[in-house]
Amino acid sequence: MTLRPVEDRTRFLRRRQHPLLRVAALGGLVLVWELTARTGWVPALFLPSPLGVLAEARDMAVSGELWTHLAASVQRLLLGFAVGGTLGVAVGVTVGFFSVAEAVGTPLIAATFPIPKIALLPLLILWLGLGEPSKIAVIALGVFFPMAINTYTGVRAADPVLVRAAVAFGARRLSVIRKVVLPSALPMIFAGLRLGAGTALLLLVAAEMIAVESGIGFLVLHAGNLMATTKLMVGIVVLSLLGIVSHWVLNRLERLAIPWRRA
Amino acid sequence: MRVVIDDVSKTYTDGRGRPVPALAGVSVTVEAEEFVALVGPSGCGKSTLLSIVAGLLAPSEGAIYIDGPADAPATTAMVFQEFALFPWRTVQRNVEFGLEERGVARAERSRRARRYIELTGLAGFEHRYPHELSGGMRQRVGIARALAVEPAVLLMDEPFSALDAQTRWLMQEELLAVWEQTRKTILYVTHNIQEAVYLADRVIVLSRRPGHVLADVPIELKRPRTEAMMGEPAFIHATERIWALIKTEAREALADLALRAPARPDTALP
Repeated sequence: MTLRPVEDRTRFLRRRQHPLLRVAALGGLVLVWELTARTGWVPALFLPSPLGVLAEARDMAVSGELWTHLAASVQRLLLGFAVGGTLGVAVGVTVGFFSVAEAVGTPLIAATFPIPKIALLPLLILWLGLGEPSKIAVIALGVFFPMAINTYTGVRAADPVLVRAAVAFGARRLSVIRKVVLPSALPMIFAGLRLGAGTALLLLVAAEMIAVESGIGFLVLHAGNLMATTKLMVGIVVLSLLGIVSHWVLNRLERLAIPWRRA
Repeated sequence: MRVVIDDVSKTYTDGRGRPVPALAGVSVTVEAEEFVALVGPSGCGKSTLLSIVAGLLAPSEGAIYIDGPADAPATTAMVFQEFALFPWRTVQRNVEFGLEERGVARAERSRRARRYIELTGLAGFEHRYPHELSGGMRQRVGIARALAVEPAVLLMDEPFSALDAQTRWLMQEELLAVWEQTRKTILYVTHNIQEAVYLADRVIVLSRRPGHVLADVPIELKRPRTEAMMGEPAFIHATERIWALIKTEAREALADLALRAPARPDTALP
């Protein structure tokens, strides 16, 4: 018999952060892109260089063109989010809490949820006209469904022990909804917001490609028609930044709204 | 305040629509300022009885009466085994919850919450969230929240059974200290016989399902209680008597279970 040390057998399961690699991956992509553009293998018309895109973005920022488009898009996004989010939470809570609303609401939502919202855009334009309302409505629709479904799930998942405790201390229906059900559903509501943010960006661009004169979607389409590829790339980069910023804002908001969550 | 449990029965329906009797004709009277413990084998319906007293469950038969002023509904407050604190509320706001629901004004709410936070040894933790507290501290919040509404009866449903044995003893001591100061009427459910005898003036022993009162055991120990009393003959006799009653019941309850779900031959012991 020999005494052998026991080794940690879980070592290969350990996961590390690799912060440098994260930066290098992103930097590498830009670098390869820049080099490819510089060597001239690919004509600038098809692939403008990152530095060129940056210079174009600066020019557009100075002339104010970029801000006009960005402001128009952000306004549509925020309004669509506000309308779709509010309705989604309201419907989710109602359907989750009241059995009659659940019986009426769940089949309706199940039937309408799978419709690709872009397909509704022509109909919405017919109903609401070519102006802003149809654009906002399609974004609101895209946000509404994930919000309603997630809120509903969150409400149903509210801990029955907490609901009982609230009732034991004298809470009635409204109090239970406001003080137990809604806060329990908050994490799910934020997950819904995040899902909605992705859909909203997609629908925004689609909506801005029809009968508008402003917005990032318009910028991309218009630049494409004029073969102004650098401008087009500015639009794409701005869209990607919009996605990143909305994710970051939602994360901050979530941390503010749910301070009781274990870090 | 006095609580009268008058011939209460409760029958559930199981998944297949068959009636399952949980309580069969339970009558108990708890006098004002009395500390009564309910013990019984697991599944005897003691928590069901507590829920009925709290108005969280309707009895199939019988009724509950609670003494109190004629112009206001009697208030009960519950301390839960699972603590049941609101994770999104700080200690202070958890303790204020029942007062909010009773429409107590903000200043008075905060003042009263502060008083019971201090009484339960939570001073300095007012602004912490439940997840930042240990199990023992969490249940103190549960007790403070219940005391804050100054209920006619305090209902405690195995309040310390989720705690480790050491914390449990400390919490029992503190509960007794708080009780000496507030003299609430308490109905306390536990499956721990020693705990029941140590805390209570009277221990009601329930039978196995469907639960009915097997015995009403007065505890002849002086107040305030001290740990040394656990060696006294009165303590030992009471625990032995209650254990003897429950042991038979628990054994028969086990046999009932075995009959209901016969062990498969491949899992049965040789």
